[in-house]
Amino acid sequence: MDLFEYQARELFEEHGIPVPRAEITDSSKEAREIARGLGGRVVVKAQVKTGGRGKAGGVKLAADPAATELTARQILGMDIKGHTVRKVMLAQPVDIDSEFYVSYVLDRAAGRFLAIASAQGGMDIEEVAATRPDAVARIHIDPAVGVTSAKATEIAEAAGLPPQTVDTLVRLWGVLVREDAVLVEVNPLVRTAQGQILALDGKVTLDDNARFRQARWGDQEVAHDDPLEAAAAAKGLNYVKLDGEVGIIGNGAGLVMSTLDVVAGCGARPANFLDIGGGASAQIMADGLSVILSDPAVKSVFVNVFGGITACDAVADGIVRALDTVQLTKPLVVRLDGNNAVRGRTILDDRAHPLVQQATTMDGAARRAAQLANAG
Amino acid sequence: MAIYLTKESKVLVQGMTGGEGMKHTRRMLAAGTDVVGGVNPRKAGRSVDFDDRAVPVFGSVREGVEATGADVSVVFVPPAFAKAAVVEAADAGIGLAVVITEGIPVHDSVAFTTYARAKGTRIVGPNCPGLITPGQSNAGIIPADITKSGRVGLVSKSGTLTYQLMYELRDIGFSTCVGIGGDPVVGTTHIDCLAAFEDDPDTELIVLIGEIGGDAEERAAAYVRDHVTKPVIGYIAGFTAPEGKTMGHAGAIVSGSSGTARAKKEALEAAGVQVGDTPTETARLVLARLEAARDVTHG
Repeated sequence: MDLFEYQARELFEEHGIPVPRAEITDSSKEAREIARGLGGRVVVKAQVKTGGRGKAGGVKLAADPAATELTARQILGMDIKGHTVRKVMLAQPVDIDSEFYVSYVLDRAAGRFLAIASAQGGMDIEEVAATRPDAVARIHIDPAVGVTSAKATEIAEAAGLPPQTVDTLVRLWGVLVREDAVLVEVNPLVRTAQGQILALDGKVTLDDNARFRQARWGDQEVAHDDPLEAAAAAKGLNYVKLDGEVGIIGNGAGLVMSTLDVVAGCGARPANFLDIGGGASAQIMADGLSVILSDPAVKSVFVNVFGGITACDAVADGIVRALDTVQLTKPLVVRLDGNNAVRGRTILDDRAHPLVQQATTMDGAARRAAQLANAG
Repeated sequence: MAIYLTKESKVLVQGMTGGEGMKHTRRMLAAGTDVVGGVNPRKAGRSVDFDDRAVPVFGSVREGVEATGADVSVVFVPPAFAKAAVVEAADAGIGLAVVITEGIPVHDSVAFTTYARAKGTRIVGPNCPGLITPGQSNAGIIPADITKSGRVGLVSKSGTLTYQLMYELRDIGFSTCVGIGGDPVVGTTHIDCLAAFEDDPDTELIVLIGEIGGDAEERAAAYVRDHVTKPVIGYIAGFTAPEGKTMGHAGAIVSGSSGTARAKKEALEAAGVQVGDTPTETARLVLARLEAARDVTHG
């Protein structure tokens, strides 16, 4: 789960990393009051979980409280790359002397975290890495040791950062480990004209797998901008909305991804990703079908199950019982293969629902589902 | 011979007495796996009956290893305890720990894979279906009865795509199938398996299944180009996955322009790997390649 900038700032503050004075609000009227408290002149920053908000007009300097209210009104509700701005952060402006970049990211290939640091902060680090690779230090962190003062000094020296950043590098590692983050990034980390180190903007991505031991985030459900994704999440379904017309249900993440691709290869667009995993119970099948059928773009539905541990007759039973509770409004193509496939197909044949058809191969079923979608 | 797992492997199950552990221990035994014990400190000294076989429960992995000579452990314990379980297995000298558990925090995976590597313990997983050497042994949750022993080696991030290919090629059969798991950090990589299959005289052809996220497939492609002489057939899932969305597996995510299926397919093809457009076509490519090899041999 990505955090908003203001949440990252709060975490940094809790861990003793210096940050500028700032407050958050969803009201332009309140923004005016906050600006007054912060000394009048503030930076108004849209809170969205996407990059490029500056270019989109989501970050603006306001000269006084009245201007702050006006600017906040402009930015609140703005759409930035599909994300609606619901809150703005108001921060005290900082007199910047130099800008740096620091982050800890997961290096999947190495199976370790990597410190990335550069004295060329404030810009897109991938661009800096591409054009001036020597300006970016990359140092792996031993998980058993972590970032000690010695390691932080090594990182700072390799990147050409001033020695005052060492403490921040150590504390930032503390954020990563204690909050179970998979990414912490400060860009820019600045030295002010007064010589103070400040984390001006930050990004934190938390590990969803660690929620069981990070209680503070437990009640903060992942915000789904899409209502169908929100409905699916409420039912505990592993669902991702896409822009197509063939609804997809399958078992296993890899097989479902593959199913989307095969449908696309047949000239139709998948409407969603939905992995029902090993448990293809009637309830899960009914929940999945009802979410997919409530998508007005869906013209046909493809259920693609390979019976490995799950037996196909159990899946067929689940489909038949789901059909008792869900009003099927679109054609359903079912492909059952693997364990007990013949028995499963017989169960569906016996049900003889007019909108349900079967295919014995994944490719054949995908073709059929695509034809039905393109015809409907 | 196969890789990593043979009929000589003696298998302990950590978390055997839980629901999933019981279910899959029964299946592993049915597939011929030599399950020599379970581990649960609260049930040490008892044994569990699986049809015609009583499997003892040990208080620790070390006790189990000392009593039975176990060299493989299959881990079914819940995410919160997985790291401790793997560390315990590595400390007890287990050579291969297969971590089935899904949902382990990545900091834990980083810690235990690093620790195990230093101890000389191979980790398969986490968040994986395990591995099977058909006809010999099955360590994990792969269905054993959908294929047979043969000369194709398979390595995959995805469980169900592994099963799909095993089933499509059931008349050909497999030396070993390894499900390496779909998490961002895994103990055994595509490259590890490619190297092992290349050295395995029982493996004639290798199937490599990948999916979006990270650059493991691109690295594997470079490895194939430089080090693998056996034919490799590939399949990649996730061409239609949108950027920035996690597709089921924690590691299956396209970030910006990196981790795309297209880049992986192109890297594999540039290394001389034929890549199927669908699982079924991938199976056909395997058959065609094996037949071509037969024709040369018997030509």
